[in-house]
Amino acid sequence: MSMNRRQFLKIAGMSTVLGLGGVPVINLLKGDKSEASHVFVNEKALTAKRWGMAIDVSKFRTDDDYKKVIHACNSIHNIPDFGNSKDQIKWIWTDTYEHTFPTQPNEFIEESVKEKPFVLLCNHCENPPCVRVCPTKATFKRKDGIVMMDQHRCIGCRFCMAACPFGARSFNYKDPRLGLKPEDENTQYPTRTIGVVEKCTFCAERLSKGLIPACVEASQQIAKDAGTEAAMYFGDLDDPSSDVRKVLAGRYSIRRKPELGTGPSVFYIIGGDKNA
Amino acid sequence: MKIYDGGKIIVGLIVFVGLFTFPFVYNIGKANVMPEPKINTPAINELTEKKCVESKQFMRAEHMQLLNQWRDWAVRKGERVYVNSEGKPYTISLQNTCMHCHSNKKEFCDQCHNYMAVNPYCWNCHIAPKEKES
Repeated sequence: MSMNRRQFLKIAGMSTVLGLGGVPVINLLKGDKSEASHVFVNEKALTAKRWGMAIDVSKFRTDDDYKKVIHACNSIHNIPDFGNSKDQIKWIWTDTYEHTFPTQPNEFIEESVKEKPFVLLCNHCENPPCVRVCPTKATFKRKDGIVMMDQHRCIGCRFCMAACPFGARSFNYKDPRLGLKPEDENTQYPTRTIGVVEKCTFCAERLSKGLIPACVEASQQIAKDAGTEAAMYFGDLDDPSSDVRKVLAGRYSIRRKPELGTGPSVFYIIGGDKNA
Repeated sequence: MKIYDGGKIIVGLIVFVGLFTFPFVYNIGKANVMPEPKINTPAINELTEKKCVESKQFMRAEHMQLLNQWRDWAVRKGERVYVNSEGKPYTISLQNTCMHCHSNKKEFCDQCHNYMAVNPYCWNCHIAPKEKES
């Protein structure tokens, strides 16, 4: 059979149209049960445009207060303890003023600020360098500003650890279960495995249930018991009426290494009273 | 026809065939034990309607794909409520939903996984329910 160019183009055009229309039709006819299912965000979940935190270390009165806050996180997230700093897994930890703010050298700063340990955690940066370097997108930025870890995808290359200017990431050199007593395990939350990087997730799993991060909850509980003001505040930085914005509006605060342009979402309140 | 070193070759062939077929011959007449995943756990016994998140056939064939989807929805999208084909909602969580009912990993998960010689690494991180050593 011979055909001229006009006939060929007609047939080609018709088959393209049929082919394009065919995929949805076939999918409709298939009627796979699993495709009828769908997923939601929990109704109770806390949501925000950009989660952030404000920490006022002057409100930590004793070493015990620090321990309680750190323990609240460690116990919930199955953080192992190997008893040495090389294998240490850090989600929330403390360090000195000089180490926390190395580019703010001021030897005449108020003693109470200079001597206090600072509570450190992942800054959940606006422009996170760890996310930029991750070759597998195991670490990524969620729509609500949380820099999240997907442990399933982490290949343990540690680029993110090199990229993070805040030392907020820890590598599992050992099987974390070796550093965790079986009776201390929180069976509601997974551990990690050897060879992956981990860090604070702003308690993404608690936010999805409508709970605030464990460290903030612990700090508010301490304040309630002692009848003082809380040391840690959490909320939506995009919402002027949120807890964190109200605190930041009334007090002077600084961030860690802002000159690097990563845009940390954790603020440190320095000096001044509530309405100073 | 003459085979050089014929005796050695033939003996060698017999030994080879013998060794090669030994596993088959050895197992003749022995029925392989079929895996029998048990669903006899306190949580499942309490259910009025013994149903998993999807149909038994679907779960048997597709649970690994479903788990992968659950993983991506929960971790990457933050969507943690799964509504199944019957419209019933479930919390997306291996440890808190799947293993809450199937608290007998050794008698349920491991049965087929061992039979098929697959070794999924879910439980390297996700904590399996505490079970008595059997």
